[in-house]
Amino acid sequence: MAASTEPVIGMKTDLREIAADVVARAMRYGATSAEAIAREGAEFSVNVRMGQVEVLKESGSRSLGVRAFSGQRAGSTYTSDLTGDGIERMVRGALELARVTSEDPHAGIPSPDQLGSFPGDLKLYYDDVYSLAPEERIEYARRAERAALDFDPRIKNSDGGSFEAAIGQYVLANSHGFVGEYGRSHCSIVAMPIAKADDGSMQSDYWYSSARTLSELTSPEEVGRTAAQRALRRLGARKIASTRVPLIFDPQMARSLLGNIFEAVSGDSIYRGASFLQGMLGKKVAGENVTVIDDGTLPGGFGSSPFDDEGVPTQRTVVIEKGILKSYLLNSYTARKLGLKTTGNASRGITGNPVTGRGNFFFEKGACPPAQIIAGVKQGLYVTEMLGHGVNLVTGDFSQGAGGLWIENGELAYPVEEITVAGNLKDMLHNIAEVGDDLEFRSSTAAPTLRIEGMTIAGE
Amino acid sequence: MTDNQNLFFHKFGITPQDLQRYLTEALSAGGDYADLYFEYQTSSSIAVDESMIKSASQGISAGCGVRVLAGERTGYAYSDDLAPEKIMRAARTAALIARGPAQQLVQGFHEGHAHQLYQVPSPSVDADIAAKVDLVMRADSAARAYDARIVQVRASFADELRQIMIVGSDGTFATDVQPLARFSVMCIAKSGENSSRGSAGGGGRVGIEYFVKDKPPASFAQEAARQAIIQLDAREAPAGEMEVVLGPGWPGVLLHEAIGHGLEADFNRKGTSAFTGMLGRRVASEKCTVVDNGTLPSRRGSINVDDEGSPTQETVLIEKGILKGYLSDKLSSRLMGMPDTGNGRRESYAHIPMPRMTNTYMLSGNDNPEDIIRSVNRGVFAANFGGGQVDITNGKFVFSASEAYLIENGRITAPLKNCTLVGNGPDALTKVSMVGNDLMLDEGIGTCGKDGQSVPVCVGIPTIKLDSMTVGGTAR
Repeated sequence: MAASTEPVIGMKTDLREIAADVVARAMRYGATSAEAIAREGAEFSVNVRMGQVEVLKESGSRSLGVRAFSGQRAGSTYTSDLTGDGIERMVRGALELARVTSEDPHAGIPSPDQLGSFPGDLKLYYDDVYSLAPEERIEYARRAERAALDFDPRIKNSDGGSFEAAIGQYVLANSHGFVGEYGRSHCSIVAMPIAKADDGSMQSDYWYSSARTLSELTSPEEVGRTAAQRALRRLGARKIASTRVPLIFDPQMARSLLGNIFEAVSGDSIYRGASFLQGMLGKKVAGENVTVIDDGTLPGGFGSSPFDDEGVPTQRTVVIEKGILKSYLLNSYTARKLGLKTTGNASRGITGNPVTGRGNFFFEKGACPPAQIIAGVKQGLYVTEMLGHGVNLVTGDFSQGAGGLWIENGELAYPVEEITVAGNLKDMLHNIAEVGDDLEFRSSTAAPTLRIEGMTIAGE
Repeated sequence: MTDNQNLFFHKFGITPQDLQRYLTEALSAGGDYADLYFEYQTSSSIAVDESMIKSASQGISAGCGVRVLAGERTGYAYSDDLAPEKIMRAARTAALIARGPAQQLVQGFHEGHAHQLYQVPSPSVDADIAAKVDLVMRADSAARAYDARIVQVRASFADELRQIMIVGSDGTFATDVQPLARFSVMCIAKSGENSSRGSAGGGGRVGIEYFVKDKPPASFAQEAARQAIIQLDAREAPAGEMEVVLGPGWPGVLLHEAIGHGLEADFNRKGTSAFTGMLGRRVASEKCTVVDNGTLPSRRGSINVDDEGSPTQETVLIEKGILKGYLSDKLSSRLMGMPDTGNGRRESYAHIPMPRMTNTYMLSGNDNPEDIIRSVNRGVFAANFGGGQVDITNGKFVFSASEAYLIENGRITAPLKNCTLVGNGPDALTKVSMVGNDLMLDEGIGTCGKDGQSVPVCVGIPTIKLDSMTVGGTAR
């Protein structure tokens, strides 16, 4: 029997009792196993535009969900009505649904020996995010926008600056006696300036700082200035002719590529044959300079938690090691489907079966400073923006709208837009020529600057 | 909804006097306008995967959002508990956007005209779950029967019933009961080393009988399977500028991305859209007339009233190539001195309304679709799309073709894979040289995202030809 006995860090709530009660009721009404999720959260946000408060939003909410099994059949229900009556209807509804679903030999909650919680404080909750007086919160947003507007006379307009804070408490309970709970906090500052050229054309961009505690946010001024620089460097962007040159993906865009790799190694994609990485375990899928890791246990990480959404402790999983595919990311269902062991990557919303979630999913950094990568390119494109949904994980085909900066003789020469960058993820993983040393966690997925060869730019 | 049927009155015991009290509290610090948005939503979904019903789910979410406007400022708070003290607390929180004594009185409520766009005898969320099991299982077998190379099928049926009540301090009082249902099928085909996928779906503000009579599951299943099989033989798409023909229906997502978002009033009020200041100017060829129309019966993007209680309407955005209007909500209409077009929408009670599209489409022209294809020497015919995206400020948009073909010497030849189209909103439609006589709306699959809020929409277009567009393939 596994149960979390860690002291609960976070808000004081009655969510533990509620979740345990839901499980007990489900079992009383005939479930063979059951799992309940209870969530409570509060959010605050302010947007300041052209120096004036534009939107102030503040609220809290609670929700409850249950998954009940009748043998190998599952039913899920949820409610925002946490009264006795609301909970009763939710639990009975789940059992009714479990009568119409199919026998799935692989369905079920994890076995008792798999349950547990990462020991120790992962530093996910800081109450300082909610400690500021309203005026101070507004001031964070105002300062970020002002710094952007003051940075250059060509910053003539703005979608504003914003500050957000959120705290949440999460409880998972199941019929093996597991009850786990943790709290998480989050705060962020964003600036969204608009630059205008003499010919009237406009370019917008944004920058942000995001953290679990106020003390780790960068200053609003720095956020605003960076956002302004990003918008300004896009002014005068032009289209270029179709060509094949090296592409340098900045860390934001490299992160977006890595997000596709996450989907491709998710157990759900693998067992359905919906991934170009299916059947590649133990094989070489990338160059030797490619190591990709998922780690749900990094202290303070945006993707960290002591246990996953099935109550399995999170862990560090090496996904790709020096180009060899070492592991998929699995929850208990996909693990059973594939005859493997769960990696603690179950993720679920308030309702439905778990899917695959990421901890902190990152591309291990290399040795090259990004400036040196750019300096080493005679002609190429520094990709700073991608748009669209042109990724096909079944085939690996990749074609996205893009924008960035043209590199001429190792220097950033001029901005480029209205083009596409295309290739195939299978080839792209093998064609990573250089890996930057600039890995920084700005969200739960992170990658350094990457230089990739052999892709096509489509333009004029 | 009469008072008797008003869920919020009879189930939650809310009275018109309560509503007056909440609004008075919301305006207590001097706001110009306040409104309350009550929502009670039931939803259900069921899915077949590997020929098994692996999941069935249902749920309820209810709450009330309180909004206060003061000049250009918005205060917002919500409660997922409809108890009077909780709504009062939300009203007090939202009120603080304004500073000063109360200035506006709450007007007496009057219910305006509302459309009757959803002809649904009984909402599908209440339908027997066994009937839904039957629907998705039929889709599964139809897709597998289509071709032996179909190796994976997932089909789902999701529906919801959204009951809303909106009251405003200007006397606005509106209610609506909005059904929505959507069927989706996704297939994977395999042949030797080649894999491909196809997807299809549809629905609208319809009941379950629509999927029994009008659009049986097999129609979506066969379409998804057909696309997957065609893609097995697809070759690499060309790269560069060329003539592009868009097929009718869902490719209308081009309008949604290229111009629709740029014509939402909030972006134009703030001067952040590539279309700012272009009213009355030419933004498309004279063959193009584009409208947004929230009043089409049963369509996914249709609503009797918007989420601010205003009736929806047909709004001409582009008439014979000239930019005629923006899509507006109450706030932008007040600040810009322009009419409210009934486009104030929100995802839920936890979200602030903003100008959004409903059903957006281009009217039919005079060209025969076959003549349009015949007129192309070398180009791309895009028959179906995945999703799209736009940068509002510089107007650049992207969308990905899920089914596309090469056109050579006026004939459709090979299927293409990996085909992305990019363009610039304010000039993409100036390149439209032919417009077909075959306007079609999509099957009812669209969901539009803006500022993190999703709302159901519909798009449509006849077959059109653009003389030049950038195709982002990989072929040399």
